[in-house]
Amino acid sequence: MSTPGTREATVPTAAALALGDDALILSHRLGEWAGSAPVLEEEVALANIALDLLGQARVLLSLAGDEDELAYLREERSFRNAQLVEQPNGDFAHTIARQLYFSTYQRLLYGQLATGDGPFAGLAAKAVKEIAYHQDHAEHWTLRLGDGTPESHERMQRACDALWRYTGELFQPVDGLDLDHAAMESAWLDSVTAVLDKATLTVPTGPRTGAWAAGAGRQGLHTESFGRMLAEMQHLHRSHPGATW
Amino acid sequence: MVTMTALEEELSRIAGAVLDPEMPVLTLEELGVMRGVHVTGPGRVEVSLTPTYTGCPAIEAMSSDIERALHEHGVPDVSVVTVLAPAWSTDDISEEGRRKLAEFGIAPPRPQGPAGGPVPLTLAIRCPHCGSTDTELLSRFSSTACKALRRCTACREPFDHFKEL
Repeated sequence: MSTPGTREATVPTAAALALGDDALILSHRLGEWAGSAPVLEEEVALANIALDLLGQARVLLSLAGDEDELAYLREERSFRNAQLVEQPNGDFAHTIARQLYFSTYQRLLYGQLATGDGPFAGLAAKAVKEIAYHQDHAEHWTLRLGDGTPESHERMQRACDALWRYTGELFQPVDGLDLDHAAMESAWLDSVTAVLDKATLTVPTGPRTGAWAAGAGRQGLHTESFGRMLAEMQHLHRSHPGATW
Repeated sequence: MVTMTALEEELSRIAGAVLDPEMPVLTLEELGVMRGVHVTGPGRVEVSLTPTYTGCPAIEAMSSDIERALHEHGVPDVSVVTVLAPAWSTDDISEEGRRKLAEFGIAPPRPQGPAGGPVPLTLAIRCPHCGSTDTELLSRFSSTACKALRRCTACREPFDHFKEL
């Protein structure tokens, strides 16, 4: 498939990789639910969200180089995704908390990118409409689980707490993205706080930035489970180079 | 140049008459995904197509169907390029397209207007089987990225709704 007409001579490669890797890795994680989601409707929903993300990843990685080479032949240290998206699916609550944090961020980010006339504007204007459905999906589940049974409440709280430390990285400046990260972060906090409050959940108090926060994925440092995920994702292409359907 | 334009119009009609691979009652023209047909040289045509969703896998089937249709019409060199901007919207589906969707058993998307605000998922959506507006949402995601799954509370039939984008 060819790349969109928005290709320009000066595509900021670092930014295309950062955003493309976020979309690719989260897409793969969500795809892992195929065959094991709690209900059929959720399996379909998560696969659909994964497909949207994969579409974004293809456009972004094609701006940075050859999409297949970038996805299947890079080593772990060359991936530039934020650590949040590589976190294992965990239980369903963990997946939903990851979706809530990421889709809220991505909608704000793409909303800003869509208003400019940079190399990502065309994709962002299109993708932001898809992301609105992802965020809506995550918020609905956060409400159902948080304000559900004592068991679902406890698990949703645990998931929100566990992933909180990965959210600061999302607002670190990325080379080539001239955005107001501070404004985006404060809008993100407002939005997530409102959903957690409504879901009777407590906004986590752990560190999002500083020494005890996580996150150096944009610099190529990843968490333990990422290597295993990559091995599975890249295995077919590396074992059978050039394989096609 | 006048003959070129006439040729482009003719080729555009042929490419636009290709059926959507997922909903084979709807043409690509009616779906609103055709963005242009340009004759770039003798026997050489470039078709611009926009995906409904960024990751829609049907775009590849659409591209090869367009290539085949134009080959059969005697154009040896056809290239199909994907354009993302301006973004496709369900408002790009024609009136005829909406009518065909409903006939096919898929509730058509509601008009959205220019603003890209929150999606009003709670407004009444008509059951394509019995016509009742008494329907409920089962899942925001269904058989393809562009559809949501609903159920009619009058006739109890589940149905797909082409969700607004």
